[in-house]
Amino acid sequence: MGAIDTVEPGAVERDFSRVDRVALIAELRSILPPAALLVDHEDLKPYECDGLAAYREMPLLVALPDDETQVVAILKACRRLGVPVVARGAGTGLSGGAMPHKFGLLLSLAKFKRIIKVDPVARLAVVQPGVRNLAISEAASPYGLYYAPDPSSQIACTIGGNVAENSGGVHCLKYGLTVHNLLRVRGVTIDGEIVEIGNHALDAPGYDLLALITGSEGMLAVTTEVTVKLVPKPQLAVCLLAAFDDVAKAGNAVADVIAAGIIPAGLEMMDQGATVAVEEYVRAGYPLDAKAILLCEADGTPDEVAEEVERMKAVLGRSGATEMRVSRSEAERLRFWSGRKAAFPAAGRLSPDYYCYDGTVPRKRIAGLLEAIAELEKKYGLRCINVFHAGDGNMHPLILFDANVKGELARVEAFGAEILEMSVALGGTITGEHGVGFEKINQMCTQFRTAEIRAFHRIKAAFDPDGLLNPGKAIPTLNRCAEYGRMHVSGGQVAHPELPRF
Amino acid sequence: MSNPISILQDQVRAALASDTPLRLRGSGSKDFYGEVPRGSVLDTRGCAGVVDYEPTELVITARCGTRLADLEAVLAERGQMLACEPPHFGPDATVGGCVAAGLSGPRRAAAGSVRDFVLGVKLIDGNAEVMNFGGQVMKNVAGYDVSRLVCGSLGTLGLIAEVSLKVLPLPVEEATLLFRVSEAQALERLNQWGGQPLPISASAFYNGDLGVRLSGAGAAVRAARERLGGESIAPDAARTFWLGVREQTDPFFAGDEPLWRLSVPSIALPLDLPGRQLIEWGGALRWLKSTAPAAQVRDAAIRAGGHATLFRAAAGVGNVPVFNTLDATTMAIHRRLKQALDPKGIFNPGRMYPGL
Ligand SMILES: Cc1cc2nc3c(=O)[nH]c(=O)nc-3n(C[C@H](O)[C@H](O)[C@H](O)COP(=O)(O)OP(=O)(O)OC[C@H]3O[C@@H](n4cnc5c(N)ncnc54)[C@H](O)[C@@H]3O)c2cc1C
Repeated sequence: MGAIDTVEPGAVERDFSRVDRVALIAELRSILPPAALLVDHEDLKPYECDGLAAYREMPLLVALPDDETQVVAILKACRRLGVPVVARGAGTGLSGGAMPHKFGLLLSLAKFKRIIKVDPVARLAVVQPGVRNLAISEAASPYGLYYAPDPSSQIACTIGGNVAENSGGVHCLKYGLTVHNLLRVRGVTIDGEIVEIGNHALDAPGYDLLALITGSEGMLAVTTEVTVKLVPKPQLAVCLLAAFDDVAKAGNAVADVIAAGIIPAGLEMMDQGATVAVEEYVRAGYPLDAKAILLCEADGTPDEVAEEVERMKAVLGRSGATEMRVSRSEAERLRFWSGRKAAFPAAGRLSPDYYCYDGTVPRKRIAGLLEAIAELEKKYGLRCINVFHAGDGNMHPLILFDANVKGELARVEAFGAEILEMSVALGGTITGEHGVGFEKINQMCTQFRTAEIRAFHRIKAAFDPDGLLNPGKAIPTLNRCAEYGRMHVSGGQVAHPELPRF
Repeated sequence: MSNPISILQDQVRAALASDTPLRLRGSGSKDFYGEVPRGSVLDTRGCAGVVDYEPTELVITARCGTRLADLEAVLAERGQMLACEPPHFGPDATVGGCVAAGLSGPRRAAAGSVRDFVLGVKLIDGNAEVMNFGGQVMKNVAGYDVSRLVCGSLGTLGLIAEVSLKVLPLPVEEATLLFRVSEAQALERLNQWGGQPLPISASAFYNGDLGVRLSGAGAAVRAARERLGGESIAPDAARTFWLGVREQTDPFFAGDEPLWRLSVPSIALPLDLPGRQLIEWGGALRWLKSTAPAAQVRDAAIRAGGHATLFRAAAGVGNVPVFNTLDATTMAIHRRLKQALDPKGIFNPGRMYPGL
């Protein structure tokens, strides 16, 4: 199907409908053992969506290679045959990044599960991309070390997925995101070339491709090996729970903590809807009459923690906290966190479905955005509970709905689109950590202008000239943005809600 | 009054129209770094000033021509800092140059590099388009991370017109300890300490002396001092010493021999090379003053798992490339990225690698 080299990269969506499935099967059979190639409908079914179950697509085939040589051969074959390739880790992504392509191969890295090396002296771990985030910290634990970024999905999500999304966690404020905790990524380009990005030193010659590949959503290369940094476990961590009788006060308290020169190890916020929901589920002991609570963590040596907790208490007291509790034991600290970590499943118990958004705003805008969300709940007749990485301004509104009620998902999408566009208007972004994927592709047209979108496509083409890696994700085509611009009336009203949205 | 960024944009447009390669330059404090600068000078200093600074957001946004010293003074007034401690290498170093060079100072191993603190840029690309990447918030994964890609690209991918940087509170307390040890012992200790929750914010070893700086909460610094022992250095002397390491005014850096920067894994054993070495970053950065042949220095760095940069050299060192050669696949990606952002090749041609 030849490259469309007369058209600028990313101008229009490519048509892959003429991909030859039979030829692809024949090619892949020569590369993979029979069990590593799934072709039957019922075997493909489990791969039809990622953690964002609202969007589904059946892949043409699923390949489960178990070494890099096979990945190279698979990618070369797909390049030759012009077949789209969607890489997949654990499929916990929340933006449809690993959602299959109808005419493409789903490339699962599930068998790349080996921790190749944990080097406690150099404080690094070399792992295959299918290794679970938490497994790295578990392997490092005997040495008093751990891998810092800790997404709430850490028991399931893979490091390959973390690299692709630049995932964060509750401790990112102090310890950084995935991009700050990587030393090296090894990957395979669509041409089947091996790229070594970074090394075990603190920098590498040339452009910072490590930063570029991190968060690139499987669009530039397939990751086959990762070296992560390990950091010493703090001696002690203590969590401070502060309650507020007003959401705006809680939002402002976050800014006050930072203004006082404190960088907490974690600084999370939940609104009343969220605390009530999780309380029924995990009994974290949250004060249920509070309009919002903050969880504020201090870590370090015992003296250091004591000093920081005192400073935090003083600030939060001045900011109007109505109640403060300090965890007195590790068990109690974990209990404070258990509610925050259980927010998603708790939402799942409140309602048949929920939809999690991921905008980020400057801290000082948190309170305003929360008020706006409360208004939108009325406008759309849908409930929304809010949990978020407040220290980073990264919001996770969870909109509750029932996918079986006709039109509800469309209302959720319109609601969510308004939140995201508002985040951009407030000086923030449409995605703090979950990625654009398939889900936020239209909002990219709001956040970026044509010049940037075109530059993104040219960068993509520098790695993948035929646009075969994860097509239709992360960066919208210029054509799509033009369409979206036409049908999108400012103020968040979609002009023709009855029409299918692409 | 004309917008200073549009003025830069006009200059890039004019250069494009006349096919004139541009040499992007602030005060010239880093003229020595990288391959020989070529092109007609585009002085960024007219585009200066802190555009936005909100201490509670931990973000500062400044135009490229802002003096780094001015920016740091603004931060210090509010008890904050650029935690990567970028070297100035001159009184008038600019923010744009700092980000384009991507060089970090003594705190790097503990706090992160310049790129780790870049949150967003306004970039003028080789089509004279002004584009915004990233933003002013801590977490942002919309679009490819172009802001960090251009950090350290030596101006070859575009003109960084404005940048937003994450800032951090100044440490409440600092202390510097001195240990008399051999090079091997220093490396062993630094790597051992690195694996423990100690507030070490900088280290420097030279000629039997290992200096270790502690930064953090009062209690943490006090506890670490007791644990580590060593000899305490008076605060003023310590400040002068770390500044000398950061700005390369320390006597170690004096002399006419070429200065090599070897970036290696921290656990790399002592590198057996002629000349003298100063070791920073917990062992991961080794400065070498030496007349040894380039091939010997580069081999040693590569064998240790890192790379070597000919950081400063008097003219006439011959045709030694400044940076390690990239493998063919990586170089091809570099060329295509350059093509993607600067198709006519007007920005700092050849400053990093020939053809980029
Ligand atoms: C309950 C829950 C809580 C969550 N909490 C958080 C949180 O706190 N913070 C956060 O950041 N995220 C969170 N997430 C989102 C998700 O877990 C992360 O995005 C995670 O990094 C995805 O990893 P994965 O292995 O599941 O990747 P997948 O979902 O399989 O894939 C994600 C993306 O990565 C690409 N990809 C995967 N592997 C590779 C590879 N080897 N090479 C190239 N591309 C690849 C895919 O193509 C896709 O674009 C949460 C999700 C859930 C369900």
